[in-house]
Amino acid sequence: MADQTMAYADGDPHHVRGALEHSGPASKRIVTGYGFWIFILSDMVMFSAFFATYAVLLGQTAGGPRGGQLFDLPNVAIETGFLLASSFTCGLATIAADARNKFWFQIAMTVTCLLGLAFLTIEGREFASLVARGAGPTRSAFLSAFFTLVGCHGLHVSGGILWLLTMMAQVFAKGFRADIQRRILCFALFWHALDIIWIAVFTVVYLLGSAA
Amino acid sequence: MTKGHQQVDHNIDIAPGDEHLEGGGISQRVLGYLIGLGLAILLTATSFFIAGTDLFWQPSIPVALVVLAIAQMGVHLVFFLHITAGADNTNNILALAFGVLIVMLVIGGSLWIMANLNHNMMPMDQLMQIQR
Repeated sequence: MADQTMAYADGDPHHVRGALEHSGPASKRIVTGYGFWIFILSDMVMFSAFFATYAVLLGQTAGGPRGGQLFDLPNVAIETGFLLASSFTCGLATIAADARNKFWFQIAMTVTCLLGLAFLTIEGREFASLVARGAGPTRSAFLSAFFTLVGCHGLHVSGGILWLLTMMAQVFAKGFRADIQRRILCFALFWHALDIIWIAVFTVVYLLGSAA
Repeated sequence: MTKGHQQVDHNIDIAPGDEHLEGGGISQRVLGYLIGLGLAILLTATSFFIAGTDLFWQPSIPVALVVLAIAQMGVHLVFFLHITAGADNTNNILALAFGVLIVMLVIGGSLWIMANLNHNMMPMDQLMQIQR
């Protein structure tokens, strides 16, 4: 065994093979992150089905209100601003976690949580006002598709906030262990991905949907 | 670590979401997120502005909105998720490309098929008369 190692080391003493040399199996951080990346992409495939449904059913209002009569675009712009800002503070939390700074990590995560809750509050009030105006999910195929798509995104944000609070508690109790750092990586991927999906939501559902 | 080994390390994969650091400190990373935030705000504001204005030729607006949205997704991928074109990101990019392919097939295919069915279907009032 020792001889083989020696032979290997002598086989390329000047490292001329350079980049072709592999340094063994990928680290657990890469494997975990990559696996979660695949999950996020499959989540996006699921959302694409909801987007396709919404686009197909956009005109099927069954005599009910159309998107342009229902959507309050300034409200949506504020909502978008909250989610975008929360994505930014989530990035700051990632930097703080890499720097192993507990104080700034908890601050950044708290701000992310508050911004996420503000987003959910605005969305909840919008849903409540739509239902109160008789434009609930049962009114038309268009509104069913709308509530399914936007509601599914809202559920993801709610789940993300629960995960966020879990990460804050775990960092508080256990510190920046390697496994906690991997969970923070996955959480950051999840939260940024939600913001990417929201770009598609405000463009397709609200901006294009109110023109139609 | 020898110099040769570092060269090898430079070319292995990094996890999605991890940044490839070229000796940059915290301030440089924060600056990266700030640039991303600025670009995202610019693109979002443009989207909302052109959706509500009469300044432009109206049929061009949906196309412009879609282009702006795709541009902003690119900004988020690069500045927030750190998915880049570098050699250490090949696996992440390939998975993303496959995801985009499936998303395009699902959305494009659904719209195409449903538009075709709508086009070929008899208008609803005529259909009701046949059934009587």
